[in-house]
Amino acid sequence: MTTGNRDVLLEVKDLRIEGRSGEEWNEIVHGVDLTLHKGEVLGLIGESGAGKSTIGLAAMGFTRDGCRISDGSVSFEGEELVDGPQEQLRQLRGSKIAYVAQSAAASFNPAHKLIEQTIEVPLQHNTMSREEAERDAIALYRRIQLPNPGEIGFRYPHQVSGGQLQRAMTAMAMTCRPKLIVFDEPTTALDVTTQIEVLAAIRDAVEQFQTAAIYITHDLAVVAQMADRIMVLRYGNLVEESDTRSMLSDPKKDYTKSLWAVRSFQKAEPFAGKPDMVPIMEVRNVSAAYGEVPVLDDVSFAIHEKQTVAVVGESGSGKSTTARCMTGLLPPKQGEVLYRGEPLMPATKDRPRDQLRHIQMIYQMPDTALNPKQRIRDVIGRPLSFYLGMRGREKTERVRELLHEIELEPDDFIDRLPGELSGGQKQRVCIARAMAAEPSMIICDEVTSALDQLVAEGILRLLDRLQREFGLAYMFITHDLATVRAIADEVVVMKQGKVVEKGEKNDIFKPPHDPYTDLLLSSVPEMDPDWLTDLLDERAAKGMTFEQSAGN
Amino acid sequence: MHPILKMTLQRLGLGLLTLFVVSLIISGAVEMLPGDLAQEILGQSATPEAVAAMRKQLGLDLPWHERYLAWLGDTMTGDLGQSLASGREISNLIGTRLGSTLFLAGLAAAISVPLALTLGIMAALYRNSLFDRGVNVFTLSAISFPEFFVAYILILFLSVQAGWFPSISNIGTDTSFFEQIFRTLLPAFTLTAVVTAHMMRMTRAAIINLLASPYIEMARLKGLPPNRIIVRHAVPNALAPIINVVALNLAYLVVGVVVVEVVFVYPGLGQLLVDSVAKRDVTVVQACSLVFAATYILLNLTADVLSIVSNPRLLHPR
Amino acid sequence: MMQNIWKELKKAPLTAWFGMVVIAIYIFVSIFAGVLAPYGETDPVGFEYEPWGGDFLLGTDNLGRDMFSRLLYGAQNTVAIAIVTTLLAFFLGGVLGLLAASLGGVLDQVFSRIMDVLMAIPQLIFALLLLTIFGTSLINMVLVIAVLDSTRVYRLARAVAMNIVVMDYVEVAKLRGEGLWWQIRHEVLPNAMAPLVAEFGLRFCFVFLFIAALSFLGLGIQPPTADWGSMVRDNATLITFGDITPLLPAAAIALLTVAVNFVVDWMLHRSSGLKD
Repeated sequence: MTTGNRDVLLEVKDLRIEGRSGEEWNEIVHGVDLTLHKGEVLGLIGESGAGKSTIGLAAMGFTRDGCRISDGSVSFEGEELVDGPQEQLRQLRGSKIAYVAQSAAASFNPAHKLIEQTIEVPLQHNTMSREEAERDAIALYRRIQLPNPGEIGFRYPHQVSGGQLQRAMTAMAMTCRPKLIVFDEPTTALDVTTQIEVLAAIRDAVEQFQTAAIYITHDLAVVAQMADRIMVLRYGNLVEESDTRSMLSDPKKDYTKSLWAVRSFQKAEPFAGKPDMVPIMEVRNVSAAYGEVPVLDDVSFAIHEKQTVAVVGESGSGKSTTARCMTGLLPPKQGEVLYRGEPLMPATKDRPRDQLRHIQMIYQMPDTALNPKQRIRDVIGRPLSFYLGMRGREKTERVRELLHEIELEPDDFIDRLPGELSGGQKQRVCIARAMAAEPSMIICDEVTSALDQLVAEGILRLLDRLQREFGLAYMFITHDLATVRAIADEVVVMKQGKVVEKGEKNDIFKPPHDPYTDLLLSSVPEMDPDWLTDLLDERAAKGMTFEQSAGN
Repeated sequence: MHPILKMTLQRLGLGLLTLFVVSLIISGAVEMLPGDLAQEILGQSATPEAVAAMRKQLGLDLPWHERYLAWLGDTMTGDLGQSLASGREISNLIGTRLGSTLFLAGLAAAISVPLALTLGIMAALYRNSLFDRGVNVFTLSAISFPEFFVAYILILFLSVQAGWFPSISNIGTDTSFFEQIFRTLLPAFTLTAVVTAHMMRMTRAAIINLLASPYIEMARLKGLPPNRIIVRHAVPNALAPIINVVALNLAYLVVGVVVVEVVFVYPGLGQLLVDSVAKRDVTVVQACSLVFAATYILLNLTADVLSIVSNPRLLHPR
Repeated sequence: MMQNIWKELKKAPLTAWFGMVVIAIYIFVSIFAGVLAPYGETDPVGFEYEPWGGDFLLGTDNLGRDMFSRLLYGAQNTVAIAIVTTLLAFFLGGVLGLLAASLGGVLDQVFSRIMDVLMAIPQLIFALLLLTIFGTSLINMVLVIAVLDSTRVYRLARAVAMNIVVMDYVEVAKLRGEGLWWQIRHEVLPNAMAPLVAEFGLRFCFVFLFIAALSFLGLGIQPPTADWGSMVRDNATLITFGDITPLLPAAAIALLTVAVNFVVDWMLHRSSGLKD
């Protein structure tokens, strides 16, 4: 792999990037080397703070405000991009190197039609006439399977759905048939069923035009479908690099192995219920609405002691609304919520303190679930004094016990503010706050989805241990089926405010399924590099059109 | 109905409603006078008969809603009643003065709007440069200065020491147009200094906010030249915030004239208002307040409507 | 704690330092005005319009009172009245704003619509109208300005609190069964403090200038109280003779507002600028 090799498209050597915090510059990428050959797809993978996006942008000779390339070289087809003249970089960008951003909705200009933005680059570089460019854009829209390719370009960005916009952005990147496209987490903001269509469109387009690509993601299963070769990054350093299949089957470094192993976690003791048990919590025929807009329709399920019930569905399916009905934040229009067989008052403010104590909640974003101005001592201490009347030394001792329980060193953490904690530590404090109330059940609303995979796994293990020790019941709201596989005893599948299917986990994951459950389950990417190909073949064989297979 | 039309009509309706409520408040102000208006006019020594006659003449014997409707009707037809202090027709008093005030505000706007927008956009484009920092300190100071301070500094240097401008804006009906501009320049400069600082800071903030959006980054990553990024990608989205900034500051200008007019003895509405407050000439104060408030509300309304109309998301609904 | 404050202060820009020093001097002068002033606040001690120097450091005013002494007393009166007015406006607007955001619903709607109408009339005009009706006394002026200015405080307090009450930690408190007052006191207020303190600075500047303008127009603080706004008005004629004495009280006003604005600007920059 020398620069002399004519197959080499992009060569990055000892790339160092600094970020500014206040008046100081700190290095955030510490000398990364990267080589990309023509037509090759390279996956950049890592957790937050790994420097993936920064490196991806640097491959275009670009840094965001507050960042700078301090050392190293980026050479594209032999041309040096670091500190290259702006005019030369401009000629390259869009035409030879293109970029696909994470949020298409924010990255399309709201003031112009899609096709205007799509053909802007070829018109600027004078490679096509306007008619040619428009014809070509429509052909590209067709190629990436957008509905009504002849018409959709004449819409404005906010008139098109998120998944379609993401594909349109891929089409926009393709207009000049660039030699390299940088994909920056293009499917992260999408639901699983929508993700499939975008992945398929991107892969197809890249293969069709023999484009090389840098595919940036934190999702291993996704990168397994897309990349020929994978680089694992951590804290701005390269951890490991090899071709996709051997990386998946035989990772060398401990960090990579631990990333791979996340998905193997399994709940230690599956729930063994007796048929005559009274459920801790039962949702019975609940319907609810926000004003006039109905959001829940006749939802029923029950949760028992030591049981974990996972409620799954895509955004807008009513999972979180169900939790709001259970906690009384949104009193149901019809139906009731029972606690140990007793009906609960519909609204939170009417429920006695002791009932409130038994149902606790943990949230998706630990950042917003902790008051940034309260010390950990007070965060965990408040439920102790509020529910259990603890004071003074007794309270402090209990806070320390709870910190110990969530595996944070009490002396070190008790007087910290939330801002001085990492995401995973904050989530642990939220768990401790819930545990302080000595509840019988905890509602976990997407508690791992804002966390990196390793951290998320730690949280799942902790929750599992606490369940065994204290006999807790969990309601686990999630869109991530891997989490469901790991921790659920029972699964409730929701779609558009209704329960589509419910039952024991193993039954749900075994065919035959309800068609929507099937779609949902089959859309979750797997670590097998052939998964996407096989799935698309299978769906084609069933005669599903592209949009149908994507759940539209 | 097209959502833009709907929203515009809603705003217009809301604006009219506000005007109505404001007119209620202003006309009702008299009701809150401690004591009796008729007594106030005639003084403590007046006979009860004289007071009763005055009450009748002023319509104070009628219930308040009838009085309001009569007042509203009169106001609509341009009859603003008589001054309590001098007995003169208020519409005559206000007529030419309103023209002068609008002339002053207009002149100040003509200088400050282009100046502020240019400086604001430049400060945003060269963010954190020496120019930006300098401008920041300068505008912060200008905002902090009382208007009369700026006015007297200008008088001291440009009028007393340099002798270029008169320190008193003596404008009569026989003044020629260019003479009028010349004599209005000093008060206009004063207003410009204050308004420009506000407008510039708001413009800068709006542009910086805009330039940080992902679609501008995308445009840069598409390799578009800087001028195209500004013209094609930033400007269409910047219109709404900038129009808003301008209209808000024009509304501020209309009110800001009051102090400046007093300093320069400029024969405008503000001067009249201040004199009348000192004399507790309620009817004149009422009329002036109504004119100022209406102008202010209308300018704010214009800002609202224009920013709706220039919003691409609303222009092209789903 | 003290070390942290010192660390922050050391990073403060020159303008903020300038502002803090100036504010400190003003506070000192307004507390010790009686000790520092060579003459009484309202005593005619010389002839009218005596020049600078001699017995009178900055000459005398239109009634033969010592200009320098009146400037010092002015610091006491003008600044104290502005602070009291701002505090009143903050109490009124802040409490209503926090309540509106925390309770929501009808109460929020009613409060907000009333404030909308009050804000639709330009503040100076509204103040003049009200002062005509109630008369131009010190108490009336303070009350009128406080009420009118509380609308702006209300709007900000409500907006800030709105962003806080949607946070999950407030929901946690609600679900725990905490009362409204506890939620406001422990969850909302501590997080609203930073923007509210900055706003206090800005509102103070506004109120201070507003009072100065009214006094300058002869409708604010009434004679013989020494006050910077009316001192400019009383001595304005000197300007036409090229004498800068009447500019001194005006400059005193400007200097304090500049100082407060510099400090507020730094505070706002610090709380928003941590990200970039």
